Amino acid sequence: MDSKQLYQEVILDHNKKPRNWGKLEGATHRSEGLNPLCGDHIWVALKLDGDRIGEIAFEGESCAICKASASMMTVAVKGKTVDAAERLVEGFRGMATGQLDSATEAKHLGRLTVFAGVKNLPMRVKCAILPWHTLHAALGREDTTTTEGAADPVGQAS
Amino acid sequence: MTATALRAAATRSTEFELERIRAEFPILRNVRPHGKPLVFLDNAASSQMPQPVIDRIVHYRTWEHANIHRGVHYLSQKATEAYEEARRKVQRFLNAREEREVVFTSNVTDSINLVMQGYGRPFIGAGDEIILTHLEHHANIVPWQMLCEEKGARLRVVPINGAGELVLDEYERLFNPRTKLVAFTHVSNALGTINPAKDMIATAHRHGVPVLVDGAQAVQHMPVDVQALDCDFYAFTGHKIYGPTGIGVLYGKAGLLEKMKPFRGGGDMILSVTFEKTTYNAIPHKFEAGTPPIAQAVGLGAALDYVSGIGLDRIGAHEHALLQYATELLGGIPGVRLLGTAKAKAAVLSFYVGDVHPHDVGTILDQEGVAVRTGHHCAQPLMQRLGVPATARASFAFYNTFEEVDALAAAVRKVRQLFA
Repeated sequence: MDSKQLYQEVILDHNKKPRNWGKLEGATHRSEGLNPLCGDHIWVALKLDGDRIGEIAFEGESCAICKASASMMTVAVKGKTVDAAERLVEGFRGMATGQLDSATEAKHLGRLTVFAGVKNLPMRVKCAILPWHTLHAALGREDTTTTEGAADPVGQAS
Repeated sequence: MTATALRAAATRSTEFELERIRAEFPILRNVRPHGKPLVFLDNAASSQMPQPVIDRIVHYRTWEHANIHRGVHYLSQKATEAYEEARRKVQRFLNAREEREVVFTSNVTDSINLVMQGYGRPFIGAGDEIILTHLEHHANIVPWQMLCEEKGARLRVVPINGAGELVLDEYERLFNPRTKLVAFTHVSNALGTINPAKDMIATAHRHGVPVLVDGAQAVQHMPVDVQALDCDFYAFTGHKIYGPTGIGVLYGKAGLLEKMKPFRGGGDMILSVTFEKTTYNAIPHKFEAGTPPIAQAVGLGAALDYVSGIGLDRIGAHEHALLQYATELLGGIPGVRLLGTAKAKAAVLSFYVGDVHPHDVGTILDQEGVAVRTGHHCAQPLMQRLGVPATARASFAFYNTFEEVDALAAAVRKVRQLFA
């Protein structure tokens, strides 16, 4: 795989100009995500409006894959119901770990399929998935999450 | 000197038969990551093994293996001889006074934990102090923290300057009557800084304090003489000096080792056992409970023969030329920041490319066949001091070439282009 296939324009763009970046005043749910092996560290905060995600923001320190994944995630789930967001979490996880085929089974992920390439890079799968884990944790009212131990996406996939 | 001049001068001065040496490392020709030639610059994490070391391990496994120090039979004696011969090789390699000052462990972490358990727990108590440095690997921080927590002792930390060198005036000032141990790294794994070990040990001894030196990143780059250093403990590991994983060394002065409590109880570390009382074996065996990694010890012995055959002075000279060339070349790429610019450095180069996260740098370099380490290098306090979450680190071995440094620089330029 060429670096350009992984670092596609849209990923580089979201890395450079992350959407929904920063703090969210009056958040109803928030969680902190940590990838201790590589040091990715992000916070996701959201405001539920009924059962819909009214507002969502993230911040932190991370690699381009993680930051772009978080940025595109916030765009994808804003305005969606909690159930629909959780389905995207499941879908993204399946695609990134290579359990879902990005061309057929993960079609509903739309633009998010630019991350399909990470499945060939086991060390980077966690970078892409961390924001989604953190969103899932926030919706479940867990304060922190990690990509290690029982929550290890690569460990579970194998 | 410019990069080109550096390279020309180095090529002339080194009598290194680089091609012949490289041919002895099968992995360097076998592996082509992503279809590209392997450029292995992650030697500080673990180095590759030459054929003579692999052959020695295979020979042990196919001709000499049995348990050691046990049976009276032929093979047990062969295995015991091979294992104890490896100990003598370590003794000669470090210039230790006696064989019994060499304890086999499983790695440097294990060696440091042995000193913590065997020396720290009996002799360090509430209110006592242990001096470490800001350059330490977690392996030389966490065991001491665990001891401090248990005993109510505390850590004192020698600061570093902007170049990544220890501030020695501050070191001297940290000593007081409560200081019970100094533990520091000979060479920084993240920055390559070579610490002035001999002077630091002399300072500690003026205050009557024993010293543990973490030599994980030192013994493969320079000759180390524990008697000249006068260190009390010295630790290193097999797999960073072209030997196998699973074998480490703790050198300790005999008098100190004798005073120490055994760390693990079990077979081979005893003279006699009754349910009322056990009499421990003599050093070093009292620290080697259970069946040790025999083949790995034998492999380590072969690895020490191998590097001694080439000569650590020549190895150091070639690596230094590579480091100078890489420093010049990478330093000349716009946006590249080098971390750790100490005057005395081993062949380790930590760097940052613009504001690109080191993990992205590592992935892009990998796609070009260039293996570097990215991350916090198990030195989070140091990363915090440098104000970065992680770095990319190229670390050189004597089998690396100037062309490989060129490949590194080309891959780094690719990172710049992609993230422009």
